[in-house]
Amino acid sequence: MTATRRADVELAVESALAAVAPEADFATLDRKGNLREQLDIDSMDFLNFVVGVHRALGVDVPERDYAKLATFDACVEYLLAATVSSART
Amino acid sequence: MGEFRMPSLGADMEAGKLVEWKVAPGDAVQRGQVVALVETEKGVVEVEVWESGVVGELLVEPGTKVPVGTLLATLAGPASVAAPQPPAAAAPVPAASHVLASPAAKQLAREHGVDLASVKGSGPHGVVTRDDVLRAVGQEPPRAPAPPSAPVLAAPAPPAAPPVGGFDAAAMRRAIAATMARSKREIPHYYLSADIDLTRARAWLDAENARRSVTERLLFASVLLRASALAIREVPEINGFFVDEIFRPSQAVHVGVAISLRQGGLVAPAIHDVDRKSVADVQAALLDLVARARAGRLRSSEMSDPTITVTNLGDQGVDAVFGVIYRPQVALVGFGRVAERPWASEGMLGVRAVVTATLAADHRVSDGHRGAVYLRAIDRLLQKPEEL
Repeated sequence: MTATRRADVELAVESALAAVAPEADFATLDRKGNLREQLDIDSMDFLNFVVGVHRALGVDVPERDYAKLATFDACVEYLLAATVSSART
Repeated sequence: MGEFRMPSLGADMEAGKLVEWKVAPGDAVQRGQVVALVETEKGVVEVEVWESGVVGELLVEPGTKVPVGTLLATLAGPASVAAPQPPAAAAPVPAASHVLASPAAKQLAREHGVDLASVKGSGPHGVVTRDDVLRAVGQEPPRAPAPPSAPVLAAPAPPAAPPVGGFDAAAMRRAIAATMARSKREIPHYYLSADIDLTRARAWLDAENARRSVTERLLFASVLLRASALAIREVPEINGFFVDEIFRPSQAVHVGVAISLRQGGLVAPAIHDVDRKSVADVQAALLDLVARARAGRLRSSEMSDPTITVTNLGDQGVDAVFGVIYRPQVALVGFGRVAERPWASEGMLGVRAVVTATLAADHRVSDGHRGAVYLRAIDRLLQKPEEL
């Protein structure tokens, strides 16, 4: 895993979150805190976030895995693993 | 010669500021085309024109605030236009017997000897209202009750690029307070609630989403909207407008959706014809509507058309919503969170996915019995989600 890849995934997550929560301040966001609570994201926002991630990284997050995307860091780790897995197959 | 007037974009709207013309004299316009931006104390809305033709004279300068009903521009009808553009979809000139008009308008027209075919309707889909007839005979209609239109609770002020004027939270809050206070004052609300077992609906939704790509996944909100719209067929008296002391049922089911704005406040624009859309189509319309509401790009038809409103606060974790009806509508449906709860059925206790559905309805039009029938119809529809 390269630093570049991690940076790309973090940027994709930030961009997708910014699209649904334009007022989000990522400098102060608690990356281990609950995203939905911090950014007041509802189920439609979350779907749009997942779609945004899909468009940026090509990762199709199944609905059963939504709970694994609870925090910013968790999103990054999940998507890093998914992109690595995707690259191998 | 057609007329384009300052529309009513809310039951309590008295005036609006013309912000920008999107057309110029001589431009050909199609029915439904956005021709202007109008700002009220509640926000900026894209205003459509309701007949095709060619723009004549623009009578109001941008930046000017004028009362509802003020003539903003003239419009030459397609029949009188010899324009090089492809002919606009011919707007048939209705025979008098086919003019859509409210009963009160028809009665008033008879009293004054007014030919309804000569009156431009300002109601939904061009329906001629009592106020339209009053204007036709040179009388200023009373400000209240307003013609059917009213779901604006707050400004659709965009977070990214405020079109004009920015976002005035205080004005928006005043508008919400005024609208809701009047509703509570004038409408004799009654409230009902029912717990609905969503186990089958959840299983169906899970299976649907498992086979759909992420961009086509469905939300529970779309399923609930669709069921709410279909149930109206069994209890039509909760769908329509109470105007001029008369209930005017609506054949169309345009569901106003309460949308919270990220900067605060909310709007309740319409998804049109929800009873005739698939769940997937309802979802597509919902996603589009929410995006445009939050970007300040709602259209006047979406603001004036809702015939009933649905609010869903499930994502905020509340169990139930007891809402205030948006005048001149006569009912508001609410949904709380979908949660696993203990559920007794046929002598057995199990755990089911359950939602509490609520109905706030207008006692001038319906009573608790009919409201209960409506909630029961929603329940029954949700037990066969594959048929929604």
